[in-house]
Amino acid sequence: MNANANIPSSTSHYPTATNVQKPETHTLSVLVDNEPGVLARVIGLFSGRGYNIESLTVSETEHAKHQSLITVVTTGTPMVIEQIKNQLDRLVPVHRVVDMTLSGRSIERELAMVKVRGKGDERVEALRLADAFRARVIDATTESFIFEITGKSEKIEQFVALMLPLGLVEVSRTGIVAIARGPDTM
Amino acid sequence: MTKETASTREMTGAEMVIQALADQGVKHLFGYPGGAVLPIYDALFAQKEVRHILVRHEQGAVHAAEGYARSTGKVGCVLVTSGPGATNAVTGLTDALCDSIPLVCITGQVPTHLIGNDAFQECDTVGITRPCTKHNYLVKRVEDLPRILHEAFHIAASGRPGPVVIDIPKDVQFATGTYSVPKEFPHTGYHPKVKGDSAAIKAAVELMARAKKPIFYTGGGVINSGKHASQLLRELVKTTGFPITSTLMGLGAFPAADPQWMGMLGMHGTLEANMAMHDCDVMVCVGARFDDRITGRIDAFSPGSKKIHIDIDPSSINKNIHVDIPIVGDCAHVLEDMLHMWKAEKKQADKKALGDWWKQIDKWRARKSLAYRPSNEVIKPQYAIQRLFELTKDRDTYITTEVGQHQMWAAQFYHFNEPNRWMTSGGLGTMGYGLPASVGVQLAHPKSLVIDIAGEASVQMTMQELSTAVQYRLPIKIFILNNSYMGMVRQWQELLHGSRYSESYSEALPDFVKLAEAMHAVGIRCEKPGDLDHAIKEMIDIDRPVLFDCVVDQKENCFPMIPSGKAHNEMILGDSGVSLDDAITEEGKMLV
Ligand SMILES: Cc1cc2nc3c(=O)[nH]c(=O)nc-3n(C[C@H](O)[C@H](O)[C@H](O)COP(=O)(O)OP(=O)(O)OC[C@H]3O[C@@H](n4cnc5c(N)ncnc54)[C@H](O)[C@@H]3O)c2cc1C
Ligand SMILES: Cc1ncc(C[n+]2csc(CCOP(=O)(O)OP(=O)(O)O)c2C)c(N)n1
Ligand SMILES: [Mg+2]
Repeated sequence: MNANANIPSSTSHYPTATNVQKPETHTLSVLVDNEPGVLARVIGLFSGRGYNIESLTVSETEHAKHQSLITVVTTGTPMVIEQIKNQLDRLVPVHRVVDMTLSGRSIERELAMVKVRGKGDERVEALRLADAFRARVIDATTESFIFEITGKSEKIEQFVALMLPLGLVEVSRTGIVAIARGPDTM
Repeated sequence: MTKETASTREMTGAEMVIQALADQGVKHLFGYPGGAVLPIYDALFAQKEVRHILVRHEQGAVHAAEGYARSTGKVGCVLVTSGPGATNAVTGLTDALCDSIPLVCITGQVPTHLIGNDAFQECDTVGITRPCTKHNYLVKRVEDLPRILHEAFHIAASGRPGPVVIDIPKDVQFATGTYSVPKEFPHTGYHPKVKGDSAAIKAAVELMARAKKPIFYTGGGVINSGKHASQLLRELVKTTGFPITSTLMGLGAFPAADPQWMGMLGMHGTLEANMAMHDCDVMVCVGARFDDRITGRIDAFSPGSKKIHIDIDPSSINKNIHVDIPIVGDCAHVLEDMLHMWKAEKKQADKKALGDWWKQIDKWRARKSLAYRPSNEVIKPQYAIQRLFELTKDRDTYITTEVGQHQMWAAQFYHFNEPNRWMTSGGLGTMGYGLPASVGVQLAHPKSLVIDIAGEASVQMTMQELSTAVQYRLPIKIFILNNSYMGMVRQWQELLHGSRYSESYSEALPDFVKLAEAMHAVGIRCEKPGDLDHAIKEMIDIDRPVLFDCVVDQKENCFPMIPSGKAHNEMILGDSGVSLDDAITEEGKMLV
């Protein structure tokens, strides 16, 4: 029996197929017990459920309580972002999940170390640009510099792009860390 | 939950395991020994509080524990060895995770100093089971063991229930430490919310009182929540006068004999349940998760309704379907508050609208979507279940199933009036679940009639557990609807693959009667509709395990059916004359 033939029978069972929401990028702060395997649980959740990880940083932040802060940058539709937060919250060692992007009051920073090899004019230009970006020289030889730069990811991207023609040979980045403005804690 | 032990005592890790089980009130432990758990088996040997049930395969141990858990509402317990013992348990653990069944599974591990060395029977048990458990532990120090053992029970049973694995290296089992029952658990991040937000509940009650075409869509969460939740659900359904349907996992929470019951919904649900879901204006979802067997095509799912969703797990809410009023909390708590508010505010359903709605539902009902063509020559599988139901309904009966057509016919034609009476693998759909599950159910309910409604293909997956039933004198009845096909596969091949029955014929079947006899059980075969009642009665009267080979129509299909990729109101009925080939779209064929 085809009780209702008005509805077009095209799309599939699966939610993604009919999802018309636009993907967004969100930064999530996840406070966890620093116990063995906790990072594997978080990463396994992302890979197992097909979520993206664009950046991930983790370190113990509360030594006395053995708690770590994981900052993860992810993309997805609002419904998927909501799922990610709920799924993270479900993990037993997870204390809190805060959507730094939603709260709208967070500061995000990243640190990069940038190795540039070169001589002559290029070397001078690299140094001049580094100064403009407030990057610090943390190692130098007659043919190389290592710059340390901190800032928003876009600033680092820009700096790296500028260094590329000037002899950039290696970049090491921490990934994003975030914290909320004002007196309140997570 | 935990009862206080007299004092703290020195003991080995292995003894702690048994002590903790005893303190948790565990009576039965399903397991299989091996090198890495020998100290625990030694500790078992010396005591009487916890009874060990020796299965024939670790998967069977987990399913038995699942049956035990689902039929009692308690945590099921499993003990297996390292390596292959643990990997054999994985299917069962995944099954329990999908169906929210509380389990604690203890696995042996190689000694801590050998972990990572590719030692004999070593595997990364916590790594392998991380995605198929609610939580898991590797215990590296005996000092942590008492806390972890008790915490595991707490986590398995609370919130949305699920399986928890505790991996214990052999040296930790041998080590001595101090045992005590912990008073609290340090996992401060784990606090399932049981009480629903009262503003949301109020909004829900308002919405329900204004509804013209309301429906209750209930699920396994009501069963998880306990018998009290079923009681409250009944009261709320009576008070409001709304129609009710349930998922496969929620059968029994509301009595099938009640006139407000519309039967199961979803892919193989009744016409009335699915049409009412599609056309309703207010949907009250209680402990169900908008699974794809229910929603069919997402964008055509109940397009005109406002949706209320009660669920203890926030991740179940807005996962597949956007809902208007989410209520995070335990079913019993929320239903109680709803009922209270409904009564306190003297809410009344819109009688006139509801009357019209019921008239519409009765029209759908009159279509008799479960009808099939009866036969005097061959046993129709539906008829077999109907007779089984009629002949056992006045007894204290528990039903388990395998996976396939027989499972769906059981759901359609065996009617449940109480919760915890129906044990089936819904989320994972694990063939081989039913027989070992019935072992667990029978242990928990030694005097009851426990029947596994099986398919001839599924039952061969965990057949060996019949020996377990024989060993422990568990008079389980395995009622095989033998259609000589993996019927569900055959039906899909007919539907989607031009009736090319690739590898779905059950070739070289054993003689089930002789097989039963060889295993010291009783075998019965029935091939004629006229003999069926007598044979079923004979089966019931035998106080031993029985393998019942019910030879049924090979070509019967399970209807109604919403083909993949179709909406609720596009279902095919058994006697509709619609050719299956025409009923499904190209894209629908891609789906499972
Ligand atoms: C061959 C086959 C065919 C199938 N066909 C159908 C079909 O036609 N119809 C059908 O219905 N199913 C069918 N299924 C089963 C289906 O795959 C799903 O398992 C089932 O629909 C899920 O049921 P549920 O929504 O009740 O969720 P469950 O898996 O039982 O989940 C329970 C939900 O309740 C929540 N919950 C748990 N405890 C509580 C609590 N205390 N308080 C509040 N909430 C709680 C959980 O968080 C979860 O969201 C079929 C399965 C197989 C193998
Ligand atoms: C372990 C496992 N393997 C494969 C499947 C896929 N599958 C679903 S139903 C089915 C056929 C079941 O046949 P049978 O037990 O005879 O039941 P029937 O459908 O004939 O009633 C198969 C192979 C499954 N669900 N589980
Ligand atoms: Mg079959």
